[in-house]
Amino acid sequence: MTPLLEVRDVAHAFGGVRAVDGASFDVGAGSITGLIGPNGAGKSTLFNCISGFLRPRSGSVAMDGRRIDRLPPHRIARGGLVRTFQTPRALLRMTVAENVLLATPRHPGEQLGRPGREREREAQARTAELLELVGLDAHARALAGTLSGGQRKLLDLIRALMAEPRLLLLDEPMAGVSPTLRVELLHHIRDLRDRDGITLLIVEHDLDFVMGVSDRVVVMNNGRVIAHGTPDEVRGDERVVDAYLGARHEAA
Amino acid sequence: MTLLEVEGLEAGYDDALVLRGVSLRADANEIVAVIGPNGAGKSTLLKAVYGLVTHRTGTVRFDGEDVTGVRPDRLTRRGLNYVPQTENVFPSLTVAENVHMGSLIVPKAARKEAVARVHELFPILGERPRQRAGTLSGGQRKLVALARALVTSPKLLLLDEPSAGLSPQAMDLVFDKLLEINRLGIGIVMVEQNARRALALAARGYVLDGGRNAIDGRGADLLHDPKVAQLYLGGAGTTASSSTSTSTPSGMNPATK
Repeated sequence: MTPLLEVRDVAHAFGGVRAVDGASFDVGAGSITGLIGPNGAGKSTLFNCISGFLRPRSGSVAMDGRRIDRLPPHRIARGGLVRTFQTPRALLRMTVAENVLLATPRHPGEQLGRPGREREREAQARTAELLELVGLDAHARALAGTLSGGQRKLLDLIRALMAEPRLLLLDEPMAGVSPTLRVELLHHIRDLRDRDGITLLIVEHDLDFVMGVSDRVVVMNNGRVIAHGTPDEVRGDERVVDAYLGARHEAA
Repeated sequence: MTLLEVEGLEAGYDDALVLRGVSLRADANEIVAVIGPNGAGKSTLLKAVYGLVTHRTGTVRFDGEDVTGVRPDRLTRRGLNYVPQTENVFPSLTVAENVHMGSLIVPKAARKEAVARVHELFPILGERPRQRAGTLSGGQRKLVALARALVTSPKLLLLDEPSAGLSPQAMDLVFDKLLEINRLGIGIVMVEQNARRALALAARGYVLDGGRNAIDGRGADLLHDPKVAQLYLGGAGTTASSSTSTSTPSGMNPATK
């Protein structure tokens, strides 16, 4: 079976700094893949290359076997690959609910007549459901600008879900999220895969989370993939311990 | 000796009141951790203390003086400095220039020595002095931001989520640095989502919820308090066996009334 996402020898540089230096890996359909590595390893740059926010200098990215590395981000998103950002990007002068509604795919506001109204209602209902999922329902009518840093992160997550992704890229979804909520989100993310069939690629430093939720883990260092395997395989890999985990986090 | 004393602080943005009466105290040379759910008002507390958010009522005393509403630059000169969670470096300036910016309030004669001192704590500053801070990774930026704050020789540092976005190794490094900084006689008040790590390090801990003080006590006591674990640390974890507490919250957002 063709993997849903194929990343081949992708490279990108900023000035003289080779942020991504020939990275290759696959993401299987219906899997949860964790992408880890030290700060500065090139994870976010690679995310930008995959989602069309940066054009790779060389190499290719394919989804469903079709090249997407020359497409603009909105076309990639329409194709079902949706991402979140490390630093949330909500529209601060709109309400929380409006922010979510904006992400509705094939926007019903552009359609007249009954089908449009029906879809609009569905979108409203889905918005309410998602807001409740991350505990933002009480803030639905507040301006997004009044949310705290962690709450904006959650808003970003459900906006991405509203777009009905087939492949969802999450960039540090847990940073700034309270420990209580982390535990809940871990279950929700599993549900996304199990119930909604969404494939996930997740950059995250919270190891309990990454190791707990991922089927496969890809480890990057200095712009390259240095290890790829199940959480247990990766945890025991000496190169990973050296480059990323540090001796204190070595598998017992 | 009490270095920072916050009493009944109310503050917020425009028409949204976030802090609804928060009190907190930090002794000289003490590490204090502030934890709590998203939207509890933790970051706003630091901003209000540092004069970045206008307060409505309440007082902030620092080093024996009332500094309520005093401008951030004046507080920095008095020995209180702050590192925001994001946007904490000048991205278009180099690493060395960022530290230099911090050092500008130090008397010229003492500047060189102040910079040398932070270089000792943060070797990364010497490794890539001419790299633009905007091209650094998240973790490296954090270190530069810490260095920029430390070069002013503060008595107390306010840190907003020093460990957010850091790899495990970088996180160990930052927490080790915080201990080192503290050993130099500098007090730290930090807001952290990595609540267990923060409480383990802290002499004193505060839990904020819904803009108010919920629980406070010694860091170690909070860490082993089953109620705190259940409500704020994401379950019983390693500190206690799984609890069947009747006060199980909705879980998602204990702050919501």
